[in-house]
Amino acid sequence: MTAGGDVILSVENASRRFGGLLAVDDASMTAGRGRITGLIGPNGAGKTTLFAMISGFIEPTAGRIVFEGADIAALPPHRRAIAGIARTFQIVQPFAGLSVRDNIAVGAHLRRPGREHALARADEVGRLVGLGDKLDDPASDLTVSGRKRLELARALATDPKLLLLDEVLAGLNPSEVRDVVPVIRSIRDTGVTIVMVEHVMQAVMSLCEDIFVLAQGRIIARGGPAEVTRDPKVVEAYLGHGAAARLVAREGADHG
Amino acid sequence: MRGQANPVRAYGPILLMAAVLGALPLLAASNTLLNAMVLALIIALAAQGWNILGGYGGQFSFGHAAFFGMGAYCTAILQTRFGVNAYIAFAAAVAVGSLVGLAIGYLSFRSGLRGSYFALGTLAFAEVFRILANASAFTGGAAGVLIKLDVRPETFQFASRAVYFWIALGLVTAVMLVNRWIERSRFGAWLVAIRENEDAAKALGVDTFAVKLKAITLSAAITAVSGAFYAQYFLFLDAGIAFGPWISVEALLAPIIGGLGTVFGPVIGALGLHFVSEMTRHVTGRIPGIDLVLYGALLVVMVAFARDGIIGLLMKLRARLAGGRA
Repeated sequence: MTAGGDVILSVENASRRFGGLLAVDDASMTAGRGRITGLIGPNGAGKTTLFAMISGFIEPTAGRIVFEGADIAALPPHRRAIAGIARTFQIVQPFAGLSVRDNIAVGAHLRRPGREHALARADEVGRLVGLGDKLDDPASDLTVSGRKRLELARALATDPKLLLLDEVLAGLNPSEVRDVVPVIRSIRDTGVTIVMVEHVMQAVMSLCEDIFVLAQGRIIARGGPAEVTRDPKVVEAYLGHGAAARLVAREGADHG
Repeated sequence: MRGQANPVRAYGPILLMAAVLGALPLLAASNTLLNAMVLALIIALAAQGWNILGGYGGQFSFGHAAFFGMGAYCTAILQTRFGVNAYIAFAAAVAVGSLVGLAIGYLSFRSGLRGSYFALGTLAFAEVFRILANASAFTGGAAGVLIKLDVRPETFQFASRAVYFWIALGLVTAVMLVNRWIERSRFGAWLVAIRENEDAAKALGVDTFAVKLKAITLSAAITAVSGAFYAQYFLFLDAGIAFGPWISVEALLAPIIGGLGTVFGPVIGALGLHFVSEMTRHVTGRIPGIDLVLYGALLVVMVAFARDGIIGLLMKLRARLAGGRA
């Protein structure tokens, strides 16, 4: 775990209520600087809501979001981007009328007021995520995989310290996933901390060093990939009440 | 925006167009033609203002008459009631117009008005101003305001229509240059990003509220220039002229016809519309409101078949010709 390590982000007892529904219930998690932290959980667990609270699109009804030692829970999204938090959207949000290059340049402009600098940075980031040959194309012409890469590129162009990836691998075929996984790893290698919500388990297991499991709005488990997958509470959250016990029993029967 | 890294290619066509149009009074100095051209350029200015906010920023206003009228009334009232010099009145009118833009923008954007709600909000402001200007004695009520005829350069009044034409052309050209500069700036990139997807822009660190406020302030300032110049040219205005829906409609129609979010769109749209409406008057005689019928029909045709306006059609044509040659 990150114990003793440098924590860049910590969510402390955050809750969010939508009318009668408690989407996130007293959740706490941390992200170690320079590491890849995964946030997993079954559908409807509250992962996207928790993400939106970290990036500032939803305000927590209770709790603190601490980034580099300061509580940012009340800051609007653009202030958090300036502070160094970038996010991608689960449902891609390209600037459809603009070219791929101009899309990425919007992100690059955050720390580069000059047009030429922003465009040069856009080319650089575009090539890094594998869009080098599509920079002049309209964003609306991109395939699903291309749009996911564009989300990644735009966020990366803001030079974030913390990158929040909301299901960037969802909707990609296995060979596209194999292409994007090393890109994510290479971003981490440049010193960017990554927190990812992901359903593609194979990628989560190979990329994430720390994992938090969210179910029905609560963090039910935390640990390394191997630890978390063996946790009976996690198995039950995904497969239903009593599933862990049944699996153990069946394994026992098979061996007997 | 792409392919215009070269300043000559970016600014050259604007200056070329200004030079060609500027030669017009030397070739054909008929007063009727110049009169029509000055009016078309006034509309072009109002439309250029609208285009900053609507074309680039995607915030469609139905009430740019509020800024046009504020510019017109300020320049007229400061001269007639307070004896202020015409040029100072002009500058003050633009300042007041932009402040009104800032105020309307603050109220609308702070309360999160978007899309048709923003459009209706701006329409309401313009209508309130129209009714107040029509009722108040300060603004001359229903009789309107007459600026005293006093033809001297010091009073911003000229005997020759050509001078008005050149001033209007100079203003339109200056706004085009500013417009092009915006396209190549961070402010422009952020403004277009807001038009395309506001949430994505926020996530990338764009202070969407501040950018929209700047845009509506600049937009209002340019449209106030148009209104102030209108007052100075015609020397008369009333509430219906200054704050009436006609100018709100013209200001948004010209960019839509010409090409939204482009430098040339509002200018080509305004000149084109006025050319067409003059032509129909010649053909049909003076049927009241026939030009509005025609505008409506044109708008339907453009929205249905040419979303990117005349500029979009020209670009498509150029691409096809280039493709044919290759």
